[in-house]
Amino acid sequence: MRLWTMAVVGLGLSLSALTTANAQESDWEEKPYIIEDGKVDYGTYNGYRRYHNTCHVCHGPDALGSSFAPSLTESLKTMSYTDFLEVVTNGRQAKGAANQDSVMPSFAENSDVMLYIDHIYAYLKARADDAVGRGRPERLPPEEDQVFQEWKDSQ
Amino acid sequence: MHGFKLLAASSLVAVIGLAPSHGFANDELVEMQKNPKNWVMPLGNYAGTRYSELDQINKDNVGDLQVAWTFSTGVLRGHEGGPLVIDGVMYVHAPFPNTVFALDLNENGRMIWKYEPKQDPNVIPVMCCDTVNRGVAYADGTIFLHQADTTVVALDAKTGEVKWSVENGDPSKGETGTAAPLVAGDKVLIGNSGGEFGVQGHLTAYNIADGSIAWRAYSTGPDDMTLLEPENTTHLGEPVGADSGTATWEGDQWKLGGGTTWGWTTYDPELNLVYYGSGNPGTWNPVQRPGDNRWSMTIFARDLDTGVAKWVYQMTPHDEWDFDGVNEMILVDQEIDGEMRKTLVHPDRNGFAYTLDRETGELLVAKKYDPTVNWATEVDMETGRPQVVADYSTGQQGEDVNTQGICPAALGTKDQQPSTYSPKTGLFYIPTNHVCMDYEPFQVSYTAGQPYVGATLSMYPAPDSHGGLGNFIAWDATKGEIVWSKPEPFSVWSGALATAGDVVFYGTLEGYLKAVDPETGDELFKFKTPSGIIGNVNTYEHDGKQYVAILSGIGGWAGIGLAAGLTESTAGLGAVGAYESLANYTNLGGQLTVFALPSS
Repeated sequence: MRLWTMAVVGLGLSLSALTTANAQESDWEEKPYIIEDGKVDYGTYNGYRRYHNTCHVCHGPDALGSSFAPSLTESLKTMSYTDFLEVVTNGRQAKGAANQDSVMPSFAENSDVMLYIDHIYAYLKARADDAVGRGRPERLPPEEDQVFQEWKDSQ
Repeated sequence: MHGFKLLAASSLVAVIGLAPSHGFANDELVEMQKNPKNWVMPLGNYAGTRYSELDQINKDNVGDLQVAWTFSTGVLRGHEGGPLVIDGVMYVHAPFPNTVFALDLNENGRMIWKYEPKQDPNVIPVMCCDTVNRGVAYADGTIFLHQADTTVVALDAKTGEVKWSVENGDPSKGETGTAAPLVAGDKVLIGNSGGEFGVQGHLTAYNIADGSIAWRAYSTGPDDMTLLEPENTTHLGEPVGADSGTATWEGDQWKLGGGTTWGWTTYDPELNLVYYGSGNPGTWNPVQRPGDNRWSMTIFARDLDTGVAKWVYQMTPHDEWDFDGVNEMILVDQEIDGEMRKTLVHPDRNGFAYTLDRETGELLVAKKYDPTVNWATEVDMETGRPQVVADYSTGQQGEDVNTQGICPAALGTKDQQPSTYSPKTGLFYIPTNHVCMDYEPFQVSYTAGQPYVGATLSMYPAPDSHGGLGNFIAWDATKGEIVWSKPEPFSVWSGALATAGDVVFYGTLEGYLKAVDPETGDELFKFKTPSGIIGNVNTYEHDGKQYVAILSGIGGWAGIGLAAGLTESTAGLGAVGAYESLANYTNLGGQLTVFALPSS
């Protein structure tokens, strides 16, 4: 689903190109967003919207956490893309002190989350890196937005 | 398939329910609610006034209030609602896991019994806005608890032993329980939660003797589910017609229609009518559900014995802002245009406070109770429809468009935190939010048990105002006018209390319990409790002494939106002053604080 990196892989015709693709893949996990002049790519923008559709009811506005779920601006500082996918897909439970059961549900069957999971990751990673601030990020113009073009072509 | 089973069951019991029932518990509670020494139901009395005749603590001495004793619930989630007091015993409830304590007031709160249900923790993440619970109900020697997992349990008030237990819904589909039960007659009334999960709302009456269903009335669906009678049930005086609960929906969308009933229910014993409101319709994306979406966002007046609706009034047809209609319905008799009327007063999430004739459903007054409300210019008194402003219509602006500067925010000008009414001043005292929002709807798909929201919101303090997020106001419901308004730095998310001692109490999100002058709003007393207050203040008398009690414990919707701090206003909107995070003022908690005057 990571169209941006998949497109790169698709171009890989030689061994060296594939090596480059793997490097790109790893780079994407480290920096899954594009920001130019304070404007974000479509994936990061859509991630903002989809995050605030589903995740924010526990993890708070702008991923800042709530009185009962952690701030993802902190979690995504250390959490890998693989671990992120694992937790969103399968959920997790933690038994805390003072009846503080902490429960993250599985979103595996939620298409509003799973179809856009890389977008949500991009947004949260950008928040954790302090690359985007609070509130609605401004979008790159569609014609200048590589991610948007690829997304549109895939629909 | 489950829905069809429920349908068959509910229509059957509706027929059985037609037989007149005589509730001895009704008579008992009708008398008990008049005794100001007790606090027998969450809103203090059937009329929902949260007013007490006690006057030992008064305007002149309230400044001397001291903490008498405290109690920890052992839970650190949002604490809504408040305790009951019945003949020397206090019944305190907690958020999930929904512990209930019976405390002996003769021994400074020694625990007589404690009940802690075992619930599947998977219910926690399907509760939209923290694992709150708004309190227990009492009748006939029994405490009724409505658990997060929708279990309704009857506990022996003396021992805490379970008398019976029933399931009101299916948490795996997002159906949960947060609303306080109300006992009226021989029935206990239970509303459901899950409006953000596509749950179909209903109010269910269980027989208090054994937990069997007397009737279940859905907010949407065909007439045998909604218990609306096409010719007899009226909307502003006109019969609603056949299948009005499906006619304004496309296809089967009414099944995901929301209209949950998680707010407060009140009761008029003389008219034998119960009053409550329904919440948002299905997804928050209005483009996905064309039509008026009846009967979401609606006030219902239903016959207690049969559940049949006498009248309904839809405040926000085709909601585009998440303005649930579940807030309290306060039943008082007031003089309007020179005539005494049996009125119902309802300050709605949508920013209009409504005064209706509670016998007929006639609309008498509908006015903004925060001057910043801008999504509609007024309510047309003939049609009852709000006159929506196109600039703030998230449906007209369309999907994938960020409609900006809508006031109030989805939190509403107020949420469920119940108001109070003082017959001495004739005024309502209303805890309010002063928050505006940007709202972008987009397409979502429904998956059972998963959030079904479909909009992105950002909220900020009302622009060009005092910079705070709340006000505590005095409201004249006969004229529809604000008498005074006391600014607060944060939303006032606590239920208020008025007393014959000429004092009005409320709590704040920083954790203050405050007392103000009912005439002026001047502050007479404040004390900072250990955590933010989203609970409701009450009062009682024990051994000749008046006490005031409040639960602290920040959380709830306020804990989601405000604990992290709201987005600072965007430059174009020009809010005054920067917003400072609530997290700098308070921390998680779960404590009851009881106040009294010092012994002389």
